[in-house]
Amino acid sequence: MKIVLQELTKRYPNQNKKIKEDVVAVDHFTFEIPDGKLIGLLGPSGCGKSTTLNMICGLEKPTSGRIFFGEDDVTDLPPENRGVGMVFQSYALYPHLTVEQNIMFPLENFKGKDKLTREQMKERAKKAADLVQIGELLERRPKELSGGQQQRVAIARALVKEPRVLLLDEPLSNLDARLRLQTREEIRRIQRETGVTTVFVTHDQEEAMSISDWIIVMKQGVVQQIGWPQEVYDKPVNLFVASFLGTPPINVFRARAEGGKLYIGGAAVLDVPGVPDGDVTAAIRPEGFIPCEDGPLVCGRRAVETMGRDTSVVATHPDFVREEIRTIVPSGTRVDAYAPTVSFALRPEKTHLFDPETGERIPFGEETGHE
Amino acid sequence: MEREDFDRIEQAARRRERIRSAVTYVLLALWALIVLFPFYWMILTSVKSYSAYNAEYVPRLFTLAPTMQNYADAFTAVPLGRYFLNTAVFTVLTTGLMLLVIVLAAYAFARLSFPGKDATFTFLLSLMMIPNELVIITNFVTITDWGLRNTFLGLILPSVTSVFYIYLLKENFEQIPEELYKAAKVDGTSDFKYLWKVMLPICSPTIVTITILKVIECWNSYVWPRLITDEPTRFLVSNGIQEIRENGFGRENIPAMMAAVVVVSFPLIVLFLLFHKKIMEGVSRGGTKG
Repeated sequence: MKIVLQELTKRYPNQNKKIKEDVVAVDHFTFEIPDGKLIGLLGPSGCGKSTTLNMICGLEKPTSGRIFFGEDDVTDLPPENRGVGMVFQSYALYPHLTVEQNIMFPLENFKGKDKLTREQMKERAKKAADLVQIGELLERRPKELSGGQQQRVAIARALVKEPRVLLLDEPLSNLDARLRLQTREEIRRIQRETGVTTVFVTHDQEEAMSISDWIIVMKQGVVQQIGWPQEVYDKPVNLFVASFLGTPPINVFRARAEGGKLYIGGAAVLDVPGVPDGDVTAAIRPEGFIPCEDGPLVCGRRAVETMGRDTSVVATHPDFVREEIRTIVPSGTRVDAYAPTVSFALRPEKTHLFDPETGERIPFGEETGHE
Repeated sequence: MEREDFDRIEQAARRRERIRSAVTYVLLALWALIVLFPFYWMILTSVKSYSAYNAEYVPRLFTLAPTMQNYADAFTAVPLGRYFLNTAVFTVLTTGLMLLVIVLAAYAFARLSFPGKDATFTFLLSLMMIPNELVIITNFVTITDWGLRNTFLGLILPSVTSVFYIYLLKENFEQIPEELYKAAKVDGTSDFKYLWKVMLPICSPTIVTITILKVIECWNSYVWPRLITDEPTRFLVSNGIQEIRENGFGRENIPAMMAAVVVVSFPLIVLFLLFHKKIMEGVSRGGTKG
């Protein structure tokens, strides 16, 4: 089932009653989620991603705009008539019911011709439980389960109705790091097996990038960029998206473009054909630095951290906007651990230029047709 | 360390542990004696004969000639069986109605949003500061004006709500996470079903506690039933006990009264023992994890 969002907008009255202006939680969100895809809705807290999810679910009414599931306009339907399953951040399991009763709970509300017998309900619950591999835990109560198991129960409860759309609100944030890795793969597997169109909300970019077919990056209610994870990582449309994705974070410099060359601290560090002269913000991924003795970007050397698979060189530069530049270089690279400075050449495909005023991307090189 | 040293230390520890538990048990036994003595006194007095009781200048701590006559007297001197029935009806109806009222009120204050909610609730809370004795006169006038004296309705009406219990239950309801409600809503659960299937079971320890307290309150109520009823057909047991006391031969018939008291408190004790288990269950279930 594809989901179409048309100009979706949500405004709240301001909490501070002195301010008449409404708070805009989601601002004209338009997007089409293709059938059977897993979509990661990504952004810092308060960016409107949960509000968007709640509107798709039907828990909140949009101020304006429409929502379609397939060809059906569901904007004015209550959640139970939309055919959505939702998993909440805290799992929201009913503490007084067993796992089986929890999973069966949504089925008890079916009315009319959809009404199921007790046996049918048990059968469906068992099927859902087997799908998430908790078939042996049906008699337990939620408090007797680990966090990961509770999470699975919540997913089974969302899937038991055979929803058209599955929504997950920060599904992994209550799990520890190891379980998080395991569960996100599990979510991916369940999504593949059921083929249900899934939207999940997260503020963790790694989580979103690792399992999503598409990611949507939001900031203050406005969609910044939509694309498949690698594309968003490789071609961020603005400085916000560039800084939000990637660990360690992208390194941001104050720079100048002049005559098709990029200058950082007076040194021409990279050819950037097609960029008009003027101040720019240069953002370079940690893996975009190549240490070499005659490299044009000369930085103060602070530390060399060996991590086995690769090596992290920590450096400083007066035109760097924060304190420390973090680079990642292949572990075989020789870095003189005693020299006061370290020099780098830059990879053009890992370097992004942005307008210092607006933060918008400034294309250069191949993107503009220049070689 | 030598093997013997180890044994010696272990033995000393075991000895200390034994002494500690002995002291604990002695203290607990003493406490139990103090708590149980009034019960013993009640039962003892109820089996002393009227004449023997009145002949004792200093009440004795035991009796050599127990009699069940007082129990017979308690039921024949006044229609105690009838009073029992009245009390049971009064207690069940009052408690049932009150639970209905406070659950719905607490739900409204905890979950719904309507204009003036906070103001109304604050107003209700402020009513708790008015002492009961002040209200009893106006209640008496109202009930009398409505012609409800000597009726169950008149007995029940003033106590079908309780601001304190509404407050207690509202606080309890508010501790249930908002996400449970959302989850229920996604599945199309009606508000009423959510209240019935989710909120009440989760809050069952509180509901049980409130029920027990209310049953005890109803069973023991004296002033209001005394005021609003003057026909013996509507008397409750508490009035009955008073009546028996006044029924002696020139002196108060304390043994018969005690016999009535034993009979009257028996159902409460049984009820409490039954619910005691339930409360413990509720506490152990709700207590481990919020």
